[in-house]
Amino acid sequence: MKFDSFNRRRFLGASAVAGVGLAAPMHFVRGAYAADMSCNMPTGKTVTFGWNIPLTGAYADEGNDELKAFKLAVKHLNGEGDGGMLKTMKPTALKGNGVLGKKVAFVQSDSQTKSDASRDGAKRMIERDGAIMISGGSSSGVAVAVQGLCQELGVIFMAGLTHSNDTTGKDKKRYGFRHFFNAYQSGLALAPVLAQEYGKDRTAYHLTADYTWGWTQEESIKNATEKLGWKTAKAVRTPLGAGDFSQYITPVLNSGADVLILNHYGKDMVNSLTQAVQFGLRDKMVNGKKVEIVVPLFSELMAQGAGDAVKGILGTSNWDWKLPDEATKNFTKSFGTEYGTPPSQAAQTCYVQALLYADACERAGTFYAPAVIKALEGFEFDGMGNGKTLYRAADHQCFKSCLVVRGKEKPKDKFDLMEIVKVVPREDLMYDPKIFGGDLGPSTAKQC
Amino acid sequence: MWNNPARNDWFLLAGFSLVVLCLPLILEPIGAAYPALMQKFCIFGIFAIGFNILFGLTGYLSFGHAAFLGVGSYAAVWSFKLLTMNAIPAIVFAIVCAAAFALVIGYVSLKRSGIYFSILTLAFAQMSYNLAYSVLTPLTNGETGLQLSLQDPRIIDALFVAPQAGLPRVNLFGTYTSGGGYAGFYLCAAALIVCFFIALRIFRSPFGLMLRAIKSNQNRMRYTGFNTRPYLLAAFVISGMYAGLAGGLMAVTDPLVGAERMQWTASGEVVLMTILGGAGTLVGPVLGAAVIKYFENIFSSFSVTTLQGVFGFLPDAIERPLVSFLSLFVGDGWNLTLGVVFMLIVIFLPGGLMEGLRRIWSLFDRRPGGGDKVPAAQTQPAE
Repeated sequence: MKFDSFNRRRFLGASAVAGVGLAAPMHFVRGAYAADMSCNMPTGKTVTFGWNIPLTGAYADEGNDELKAFKLAVKHLNGEGDGGMLKTMKPTALKGNGVLGKKVAFVQSDSQTKSDASRDGAKRMIERDGAIMISGGSSSGVAVAVQGLCQELGVIFMAGLTHSNDTTGKDKKRYGFRHFFNAYQSGLALAPVLAQEYGKDRTAYHLTADYTWGWTQEESIKNATEKLGWKTAKAVRTPLGAGDFSQYITPVLNSGADVLILNHYGKDMVNSLTQAVQFGLRDKMVNGKKVEIVVPLFSELMAQGAGDAVKGILGTSNWDWKLPDEATKNFTKSFGTEYGTPPSQAAQTCYVQALLYADACERAGTFYAPAVIKALEGFEFDGMGNGKTLYRAADHQCFKSCLVVRGKEKPKDKFDLMEIVKVVPREDLMYDPKIFGGDLGPSTAKQC
Repeated sequence: MWNNPARNDWFLLAGFSLVVLCLPLILEPIGAAYPALMQKFCIFGIFAIGFNILFGLTGYLSFGHAAFLGVGSYAAVWSFKLLTMNAIPAIVFAIVCAAAFALVIGYVSLKRSGIYFSILTLAFAQMSYNLAYSVLTPLTNGETGLQLSLQDPRIIDALFVAPQAGLPRVNLFGTYTSGGGYAGFYLCAAALIVCFFIALRIFRSPFGLMLRAIKSNQNRMRYTGFNTRPYLLAAFVISGMYAGLAGGLMAVTDPLVGAERMQWTASGEVVLMTILGGAGTLVGPVLGAAVIKYFENIFSSFSVTTLQGVFGFLPDAIERPLVSFLSLFVGDGWNLTLGVVFMLIVIFLPGGLMEGLRRIWSLFDRRPGGGDKVPAAQTQPAE
């Protein structure tokens, strides 16, 4: 490079530009905070929660229902509406006047069921909008990604609908909490019912959504059914949001399998189940037995999408609006008055998570994240629709009862699509946190 | 190639640097002044500048550039996992891997030109996406995305520092660039300025002239005795390296990479950015990248309530229909708005936003002949 014409004057000019450039960052370095400050602690009259939900993509139905539940939770926390589960939760420190005297406000972002988009959205809510807590989900891939981000930024993540073992297993984080049950528990709950209904001599064929949730559910159900004595013919991975599953379903009949297990969720499950039924799978006989379809994770929203195809299909569910307890009745009533439909299990888990976080802040007496984490860890509560529930400190997983459900043969209306076969008590769903490995990491407060 | 730049170019560089470094102040009024988004502006600016070196200069439209971005990201994360959390080796590794990948794909794809070239690059990119999504799961962790874990060896870090509790953060010699904060943004901004300078030098060099000559008439180039292939391949690899750097920086500011980064929509996005800003101009692609990322992140966060707030002063009879109409274009509908904006620009300003700026400038430029300087947008014949 020739510097012939790089004279003194030009040098001065260049130095000035460089000087401004170097000095500019200093302008933005924040001053030191007091010792007990964590990311985005509210200073004004409101506290901001961030909802990170899929409003587009394969899980959009669940995402929209989650958003409704979050909005309802904010209403109830601020003392508007009929209070919902605030009336039944016990013990509770919530007074219905916001959280620690501050009104709850919220911001939202569309996670698009993509890890990049969801992280972008979460970062916007944390860095620009000052959200103190992020909640939401619907895809475990997204939940794991956002949970990792929240750990790094020091913001608590209250996972919504995420069913993968990894969320509170291999990828668990100190700042991440999950109320929803997981694939391992689905296996524990489902296996005895499967043995009773379909016998112990069956061959299963898995179609699995190709990401963390699908993998862990396939593994869990495989282990649970093989313990019964079932064989596994084959497990095939399908891309998330595939739309057309015919090429995956045709080989099932020639594989010698007599049970098809669909490890799909959302629109994927609606499509794969409908196509499997249309292909006449359930009218076929293999090995002298009627071919059956099992959907380990089931929800009303999917049942609505799949229509007649869900009749008689077995699966598990975290919660159902038809449960007889007081909390469920209250919540279903306020959700129904507000939106005209009964809430889905996704809605329930998100609503409960929002309340649990608010309650933990009240009990801790502060928004300081490490203190709130302490308040949540090992917290035992009741009256939220799942009976006695424990937030286990070792892996931040909730332990509570879950349901085995079946698609109803003769539904009364379009919301009455599932019947509860069995309520599995939480004692049957306990497991050792060590089996999945992982490490929660530190709870050191970050200043963002 | 490296003779001293003209005085105007120094001004351009100085002005550009000043704007980039002052982004936090400039973007404050439009609600985009937070590090994560400004990082995205810089990173996609780099990506688009690199794409423009190929598309703007040679006219070769690659529809698979996201593949290099993805390769860069995966390479960087693997460097974090295996070697060290320092950003420099990760960035170098990302650029080298993307360059090698671009060399292979470029060598094959550049055997054809025009639409065939576009289709070939698209096919390669889609292939890479599918490989990353399912076939190469051990290497890429599929749909879930590759991320750091506590079991990673991190050989170099293990030699020098005792591991702390929890996952380590990406650093640049002690300054954390991931996990929020302005350090990551300033690293990206510095990289953008360097990239801009290199692109400027390429545009003004004899090499850049060759590339332009290829765009205007490749046959004539051949008849005058030039072998155009090496020039094209060089441009392709350089532009792949830019994409690799962008991918590497994405990992440096946020060490997690998913396969969707390589999907064809991501490749299409950079084409949109370049055309929106102005293909073949220096600043245009950066501008285009910023506009698209702004739409994606900010426009998509507006809700009906925001609109009601804005139009609250209007009487109800006008406000209601207006808000319900406009709400189609914000929130989930940001793609629609972007589509409309893109259409308007392509129809009325074929030279992109830069042509618009030039037209505005010429309105105020009273020097004799100043008004005629706007080159009429030339329609480029499809090759």
